[in-house]
Amino acid sequence: MLEIRGARRIFTTPEGGKVTALDRVDLNVDENEFVTLLGPSGCGKTTLLRAISGFEMLDGGTVRLEGADLSKLAPFRRPINTVFQSYALFGHMSVARNVGYALEVRGVDRAARERKVSDALETVGLSDMGSRRPSQLSGGQRQRVALARAIIAEPRLLLLDEPLSALDRNLRQQMQLELKALQARLGIAFIFVTHDQEEALTMSDRVVVMREGRIEQIGTPREIYRHPRNRFVTEFIGETNIFALTVDRIEGDLARARTAEGTCLSLPAAGRSRGEAVTAVLRPESLHPGAEGIAGTVMRSVYLGSDLVIFVRPEAGGAEIRVTTRDGADAPMTGDAINLAYDPAVIHILEDR
Amino acid sequence: MALRRDSVVLGVLLAPVTIFLGVFFLVPLLIIAVFSFLTPGLYGGVEWSFYHWNYGRIFGWADGIEEIYEPVYLQILFRSLAFGVLTVALCLVLCYPVAFWVARLPERARLFFLFLVALPFFSSLIVRLYAWLLILKPSGVLNETLIALHIIREPIELLYTPAAVVLGMVYVMVPFMFLPLYAAIDNLDRSLVEASMDLGANRRQTFLKVILPQTIPGIIGGSVIVFIPSVGNFVVPDVLGGAKGLMVGNLVEQQFLSARNWPFGSALSMLIMSVVLAVLLLATARARKAGGQA
Ligand SMILES: Nc1ncnc2c1ncn2[C@@H]1O[C@H](COP(=O)(O)OP(=O)(O)OP(=O)(O)O)[C@@H](O)[C@H]1O
Ligand SMILES: [Mg+2]
Repeated sequence: MLEIRGARRIFTTPEGGKVTALDRVDLNVDENEFVTLLGPSGCGKTTLLRAISGFEMLDGGTVRLEGADLSKLAPFRRPINTVFQSYALFGHMSVARNVGYALEVRGVDRAARERKVSDALETVGLSDMGSRRPSQLSGGQRQRVALARAIIAEPRLLLLDEPLSALDRNLRQQMQLELKALQARLGIAFIFVTHDQEEALTMSDRVVVMREGRIEQIGTPREIYRHPRNRFVTEFIGETNIFALTVDRIEGDLARARTAEGTCLSLPAAGRSRGEAVTAVLRPESLHPGAEGIAGTVMRSVYLGSDLVIFVRPEAGGAEIRVTTRDGADAPMTGDAINLAYDPAVIHILEDR
Repeated sequence: MALRRDSVVLGVLLAPVTIFLGVFFLVPLLIIAVFSFLTPGLYGGVEWSFYHWNYGRIFGWADGIEEIYEPVYLQILFRSLAFGVLTVALCLVLCYPVAFWVARLPERARLFFLFLVALPFFSSLIVRLYAWLLILKPSGVLNETLIALHIIREPIELLYTPAAVVLGMVYVMVPFMFLPLYAAIDNLDRSLVEASMDLGANRRQTFLKVILPQTIPGIIGGSVIVFIPSVGNFVVPDVLGGAKGLMVGNLVEQQFLSARNWPFGSALSMLIMSVVLAVLLLATARARKAGGQA
């Protein structure tokens, strides 16, 4: 439905420097899809949204919506609405008038407008707040008003720029679920911006990981988590263990490989060859204390409620390995000697290192 | 405990201002209010006996013997109010677009422009008004230029017309309108403008429904600051106005200086003040209503 090809945007800073905010970005969004843009601060997420909504001109590339080129369409003519990070509610209007604004400027008559406004307010659970001013609402309520305002005109595409970042953790998790449910109900495509990987994984059909104006990887949350393409995506998507390995030998289904320090790991043999250098990812929850595996010593542990994260120094030396286990009576203690078992099949080899 | 100490500190901090305002603002005001009900002295000054004819002369209950009712006073008051309103309106129309433009300039150009706005304050008001006199008079720069360009044949009457007074007042008041307007427009949240366009409002709708209401506090502030001194102004009409440009400020000036009728001058002052106060109250009420920003 939305098709972005080769989008480029280069800013000139007041000092005359150049910042590449978007660098040959290609992205497709399907009908009714929930796509999340994920990346560190300054990677170009907002710039990409603004290019779609029409507030940012591209220096190159095209944005098409249902086949039509958007480049000559003013922002107010695009069937796209935005939930702004700062909410951008109109302080001089009541909540109801804020919500009905898109209909008001389209000349929808009063009765129809009021009906839709009350529907939209009900959708976001603010039915009795229509006559308030935005300044009389809590942060979470304002966020809902911004949402109701953006969906009332039934856009083809909704853009959300870190709409949850101002909320506390509980409200945030609640809103994540509500947003997802709302999207399924409305049947419109969402492009959601966040720099919180957990949020991205929870909500999205597909995640777009960005860095310095480029797209590093696009995939379902599971693909991104299990099969990150490179080190950046791997590290950005959650705490993990990365090993730089050299393959020693192939034994049947397994390839034996070791780090520079000498820690040995077994990998699936498929596609491996002797002497090959590979970068392997082993997620903390894929490792558990067992009879055999990587031998090491527990250096410290961090209690996280149901889970316990322990940091193990391999016998052979090298970086500490992070392991997530269940907390309990038999949980490993600091100073314990331990063997870290794993299923070789879950080891992921990075395509580009 | 802490609260009480805070209020003591606050009291100490506020005392100088309170005393200053009390002595130099409230007391004179009180004197004027009292004088307006006293009998004019034979050779200026006042006699300490109650006298309501000062107001009678203005509002029409003068006895026709001791004091004579003259509708011209109210006429002049209304004219002054009209001039004030006109001055405010012209300043607004002039400053709003410019303030908008300036707010979008790069930092350096912006600062330079603000400096230009403040520049007139470095020279005397009288001198600047006399410069206008030289421009507007029949053999002045403007007429000469227009004649030289063959746009007019005879010099047109510009000086000593109401138009000259309004022109002069707009000229004097423009910086006072510009600064609050500029502050309001500069403070305007750009994302509100974008939100409006995002929701489908075109430029005109965005201006009327978002930008204008959002800058109402600046508009009201500037209007009040321009309106109050405009209504009571006597310098501009003195220099540029002539007989037809007389304003209520000139009346007061005359009563105190040449006619030496202090009580009547005081009554006129009280009149100006009550009108201005009414306008001020109205404006603040309106500004408070508009002020519910998120
Ligand atoms: N108007 C501008 N002028 C110059 N540089 C800009 C401008 N807007 C953005 N940039 C730069 O472009 C890059 C991308 O900015 P963008 O706002 O898209 O980042 P982001 O991914 O949204 O970051 P965040 O998560 O912090 O919101 C940044 O390096 C930023 O400094
Ligand atoms: Mg951003």
